[in-house]
Amino acid sequence: MKILVCISNVPDTTTKITFTNDNTQFNTSGVQFIVNPYDEIALSRAIELCEGGKGTVTVINVGEVATEPTIRKALAIGADDAVRINAAPRDAYFTAYQIAEYAKSNDFDIILCGRESIDYNGSQVAAMIGEFLDIPSISIIKKLDYDGSTATIEREIEGGKEIISVSGKFIASCAEGTAEPKIPNMRGIMSARTKPLQVVEAKEIAQLSKVQQFETPPPRGAVKLVPAEDPAKLIDLLHQEAKVI
Amino acid sequence: MSVLVYVEQVDGKFKKSVFEAVSYAKAIADKQSANLTAISIGNVGESELKELGKYGASKVLNVSNDQLKNFVNQAYAAVIAEAAKKEKSDVIVLSNSFSGKGLAPRVAVKLEAGLVDGAVELPQLDGGKFQVKKTAFSGKAFAIIELTSAIKVIALNPNAFGTKENATDTTIEAFNPEVKSTDLAAIVKEVIRATNKISLPDAELVVSAGRGLKGPENWGMIEELASLLGAATACSKPVSDADWRPHEEHVGQTGIAISPNLYIAIGISGAIQHLAGVSSSKVIVVINKDPEAPFFKVADYGIVGDAFEVVPKLIEALKAHKG
Ligand SMILES: Cc1cc2nc3c(=O)[nH]c(=O)nc-3n(C[C@H](O)[C@H](O)[C@H](O)COP(=O)(O)OP(=O)(O)OC[C@H]3O[C@@H](n4cnc5c(N)ncnc54)[C@H](O)[C@@H]3O)c2cc1C
Repeated sequence: MKILVCISNVPDTTTKITFTNDNTQFNTSGVQFIVNPYDEIALSRAIELCEGGKGTVTVINVGEVATEPTIRKALAIGADDAVRINAAPRDAYFTAYQIAEYAKSNDFDIILCGRESIDYNGSQVAAMIGEFLDIPSISIIKKLDYDGSTATIEREIEGGKEIISVSGKFIASCAEGTAEPKIPNMRGIMSARTKPLQVVEAKEIAQLSKVQQFETPPPRGAVKLVPAEDPAKLIDLLHQEAKVI
Repeated sequence: MSVLVYVEQVDGKFKKSVFEAVSYAKAIADKQSANLTAISIGNVGESELKELGKYGASKVLNVSNDQLKNFVNQAYAAVIAEAAKKEKSDVIVLSNSFSGKGLAPRVAVKLEAGLVDGAVELPQLDGGKFQVKKTAFSGKAFAIIELTSAIKVIALNPNAFGTKENATDTTIEAFNPEVKSTDLAAIVKEVIRATNKISLPDAELVVSAGRGLKGPENWGMIEELASLLGAATACSKPVSDADWRPHEEHVGQTGIAISPNLYIAIGISGAIQHLAGVSSSKVIVVINKDPEAPFFKVADYGIVGDAFEVVPKLIEALKAHKG
């Protein structure tokens, strides 16, 4: 079995977000980049499915050379090899197209992504890859079992879940619960340095969207404190002033 | 020119988020002097379809096909793309729901359309540009995205626009595009819905609790408060990691991002990753015994106190308020 896992290079979760060039660019100065937390879940599940020699896990990232430390982190967690498509990702459409083109010429049984990236919060790449490859895509999954040919998948829906069965190739995007993120051990970190990392040039495709500007949310006013002995006052405020109850 | 809105049904009924998407799509159609068509897939009765007229849909394409009874995004995307071609739609609107998130990208690729998901405002159409504001960096910022393609797809965040009535005469038209069997390769075996629970992503009021509650046995008062308010329940990540609460209640950067009208956070510190998913809530109330808890910095109202004393009193006060 061959599994391809898509890895996004994102700012660390504690990063304070700022912008430069008249708020048109994300300010990367001093920012620590990490494997997107949901992609880590996808990677961890892929590694579990392949445990005991049942298959191999390839990670793929669309990014410039600066993303290689993030790719090495994924190799340290336990991927077997890696591919970097050499381009700055423009948008999800561009990214998904590059990954789909790579997947077309390399025979993968399963492709996994995270449910969204924590920078642009798009949950687009997985379903777009599915469409480019004309294979089923299952978004925001919570559980994935695979018997070698058929997958049984639990998908989140509003106020519940759905059980889906799919045979043949498919792509899924993973959410919390699909696996516990694995922490790289010393052996993983050492071997990551020598695992193969292939660099592939990007293909041209029309650009359909672009970021024009960023904004930061307006600061919130000071908190209004209500004495702990008098929660009725809070109910009053929520009813009369905030008008939310 | 026309605007097409996909209306997601649950057991033959439309939820509030659907009427919100229709209201939003109608506002775009009005800006462009275009017609608004809705497309419904699955088995929805005529009176329910007529409801869409209240929010401005002048035509409803009704795809009633047993093969499409359950949501399969590959097949649904094909149907929506067909409808868009038939209606010559240049803007397609969906809800950024769990299903919408799987569907909108496929529709966009089929139509070679630019996509904005997580949209929070109406598009700006100044100077021939088409720009849409969306959440980014898990609520720590917004990005304004320009779509440069001929056809545009927008997935609207729940609670971002609200519903607006706009009564219109509606015609319902049967629509029966062919469904390829290869588009039905993913088979829905079972749908499990917690019927008596309010779904978190579309909830207007949310009561949430964290590690300050000490253990799962203490959630009774949280549930009671939520049920009195008609609110959904949520939790912080360590709470779901410890299995005190199910994963689907976990909100934040790696959980669900929500923007209810009221978010009540009890015994939650307000770590940056938690705030990331909830800071766009309209009103935030924090109950925490530590006056230095970071959550107070983003809260509108706060009580510094022990949850085990405050919450029961709050419940009594709410009961009294409701009479
Ligand atoms: C990559 C990554 C992603 C993450 N994603 C998320 C996410 O999506 N969502 C999320 O929530 N977290 C997330 N976290 C975790 C986050 O950093 C915090 O650890 C977490 O939010 C803390 O949860 P908590 O506030 O419930 O618990 P704690 O930090 O333990 O805080 C408990 C709070 O309860 C208060 N308290 C204690 N007893 C009482 C009492 N009797 N009455 C009133 N108050 C009391 C305390 O003063 C304290 O403020 C993430 C972390 C990482 C590294």
